[in-house]
Amino acid sequence: MESDVLVVDDSAAIRKILQRVLRQTGMAIRTIHEAGDGQEALAVLGAQKVDLVLSDINMPKMDGLQLLASIKASPEWRLIPVVMITTEGGETKVAEAVKLGAAGYVRKPFTADQIKEKLAGIL
Amino acid sequence: MDLNSIIVKSLTQSTEQVFSTMLGVEIGAGEVAVENGVPEANEGVVSFIGVAGSWAGTGSVCCSPLMACKICAAMLMCEAPAVNEEVLDTVAELTNMIIGSVKTDLEQHLGPLGLSIPTVVYGRNFKTKSAGTTEWTVVRFFWDGEALLVKLCLEPKEQAAHVLFHTSATQSCALDV
Repeated sequence: MESDVLVVDDSAAIRKILQRVLRQTGMAIRTIHEAGDGQEALAVLGAQKVDLVLSDINMPKMDGLQLLASIKASPEWRLIPVVMITTEGGETKVAEAVKLGAAGYVRKPFTADQIKEKLAGIL
Repeated sequence: MDLNSIIVKSLTQSTEQVFSTMLGVEIGAGEVAVENGVPEANEGVVSFIGVAGSWAGTGSVCCSPLMACKICAAMLMCEAPAVNEEVLDTVAELTNMIIGSVKTDLEQHLGPLGLSIPTVVYGRNFKTKSAGTTEWTVVRFFWDGEALLVKLCLEPKEQAAHVLFHTSATQSCALDV
């Protein structure tokens, strides 16, 4: 079954790279939606079917941890796996993301193999 | 190891890792310098990202327009003939990844630090200044005939930061603040 993925990052460059990397993984991905911050991501979630969210943490308006908390607090979206992809490598941020229910964590800079390995057990 | 040596090592390793992983190129580190006083006029692309915590400052990446376009083309695997929004966004993200990695390294010595959203400037004959800061650690890199400067200024916000650094460092500390 093909999956729909939502990529959330305030950097258009990173969204473009993740689009390419996700296509390179060979995974059954139908659509890759994009959002520039947490608020935009919630709007996409409200309008589209999403099977996986890949999200940055450090973003304007609504950051990735706030987005993660909103998704996990929603009866409709709480089962959607959320993988954090971020420069925030500190243990505090990792622990906070895990506590909020993140399915995984990838540090920038990342390789295509790291993304593929992280998503292998999720999609 | 003193704080400046830790910063130089981290700036060098982080930049090399980001270029190797995200651009697929090896970038060579060149001279290391400490910049003081009145900043010289800039020309090209300069990005900034704020660092905050018990120590605060700014990380910066500076390069020529040509270098910025080369970075964008390599990172996004696309044509980048002139500086545009995509090129500026790529330099901002490059800065975010390099200084984000440096921040993670420095947190082992300085305690928790935060990062701001990056800002990018592109133009000619402009000067930049980080308020309250007089000294930048600068590492110069070269790739494909073009230079890239990666800079960091960092100062303790309060006396407690000095104590934290000395008590958390695993080796003797020559830092004097």
